[in-house]
Amino acid sequence: MSDTYFEILRSGINSSIQDKGRNHLYHIGITISGAMDQRIFTLSNALVNNNLNEGVIEFAHQGPLLKLKNGSVNFSITGNVSFNILRKNSKIEEGKCFQSYFLENEDQIDIIHTKNSVFGYLAVEGGFQIEKIWDSYSVNIKAKVGPNNGEKFSVNEKIYIKKSKVENFLEKKLDYSALLEKTIRIIKGTNFDYFSEDAKNKFFNEKYLVTNQSDRMGMRLEGPKLDNIVNTNIKSEGLVKGVVQVPADGNPIILFSDHGSIGGYPKIAVVITAAHDMTAQLIPGSKIKFKEVNLDEAEELFKSYFNKTKNYIEQIK
Amino acid sequence: MIKNISNLGDSAIYCDFGKEVDEKINLKVISYFNYLKKLVRENKIEGITNLTPSYNKLIISFDLSITNFKKITKILETLKVINNNQQDSKKIKIPMCCDEGFALDLISLSKKLKIPPNDIIDLYLNKEYFCYMTGFIAGMPFLGDIHEKIRFDRLQTPRIKVPKGSIGITEQFCNIYTFESPGGWNIIGNTPLKVFNKLNLNDPSLIKPGDKVSFYKISKQEYLNFNE
Repeated sequence: MSDTYFEILRSGINSSIQDKGRNHLYHIGITISGAMDQRIFTLSNALVNNNLNEGVIEFAHQGPLLKLKNGSVNFSITGNVSFNILRKNSKIEEGKCFQSYFLENEDQIDIIHTKNSVFGYLAVEGGFQIEKIWDSYSVNIKAKVGPNNGEKFSVNEKIYIKKSKVENFLEKKLDYSALLEKTIRIIKGTNFDYFSEDAKNKFFNEKYLVTNQSDRMGMRLEGPKLDNIVNTNIKSEGLVKGVVQVPADGNPIILFSDHGSIGGYPKIAVVITAAHDMTAQLIPGSKIKFKEVNLDEAEELFKSYFNKTKNYIEQIK
Repeated sequence: MIKNISNLGDSAIYCDFGKEVDEKINLKVISYFNYLKKLVRENKIEGITNLTPSYNKLIISFDLSITNFKKITKILETLKVINNNQQDSKKIKIPMCCDEGFALDLISLSKKLKIPPNDIIDLYLNKEYFCYMTGFIAGMPFLGDIHEKIRFDRLQTPRIKVPKGSIGITEQFCNIYTFESPGGWNIIGNTPLKVFNKLNLNDPSLIKPGDKVSFYKISKQEYLNFNE
């Protein structure tokens, strides 16, 4: 047991521990959770020599202010994030994302905000000393599932770190720039034909606004109402990340990592897996469009996205 | 057994067992679910991350970096699943207190149905229910079918907070709120029994799809003294 920890001086808006997610429990009502942007979550671990599924701190919009106690750590922050390192001699260093840093005892990390994106990740070498629940570190705040009693981090809490000291710190870096894409590729959903011809046209040709009613459960969109001509409810059935469901009010909702395991709203579309990360990073106020692809195209797009992530890992120097 | 297989996005398979909601179709879903679950557990099918049974559908989620729609559907075509749920099904008895403080909608429901509150409870206690599925919130069982005389729509305005343990009815179904949650079902009682136990990591859910569930009445004193 290590005695090294981060003291949380400011918790940020929505900071929680996440990993790849939790599997095999949908059937009892426990959803997958896990990092909203899986690629940069993976890269945060790779930058500090971790197992790629190690638990990291995910933050949204404003991040936490953390003070290191009783040790030293090697950390990285990924995303498009503005942050400073406050050294104990009062020197302030402007931090760069996709780079590892050596943090000494009593130094602080001030994660100010994410820029033109929602989520960022903080990984420490060796990981955090947190108990896995159902084989995962991921926290689902609304369902109160996961370690830390299923709660997000709060001020004055301590986050213990497995490794108490960094031996042989070696700076690692990656040239990374996120793709800014406002067109979301989808596959038609199982209830696509519940919608009128006019609604189908609108869905593909008009823009939808990302509202601020968006979180880890889902993203509510606003735009031309989608007219359902069959039934605005279906018999409750399983859901997956990326489903675009349309309740009776006609406004689509894209489901994310903490979505309910089952639901009864018609599914007009499903966002392709290759587009999950970029969709989750769209800030409220963004205007998006949907574009249809077929299953083969979606699989090809995933393959190249997956290989690109692997390439990034290899490029870390 | 499955009427139609299609893709739900690029990382899930949508198995349609029919349109109707009844025990017969649901047993097929559950049999298929249990069969696949075993294969996944024994690592006989690669890449499956989740299986979600519901009334008449089964969704198979998978990791696209390991497998894909074609590979899994090919395997599904070779499976010979026998409709057999008997061996796993349990009978569960749930204590239920229908005191005023717990049965939040019993009086209004009684007025809407024009049936005395005690008769609603008697009709409810008189049946054994089948668990179609669990989910929405952790461990919440969707049970049915309740007596035709006591069926009613959801509340016009759903409650923001339904107390934990609440027993609700709507249409042909009844359920138990395993956690405090928003919800629109008509609440006719509450159970002190822990239907979902987070601390029991290996088997947190008391009621599983295919189980038979019945309810028995307890007094408020028995509720307060209830000890598992």
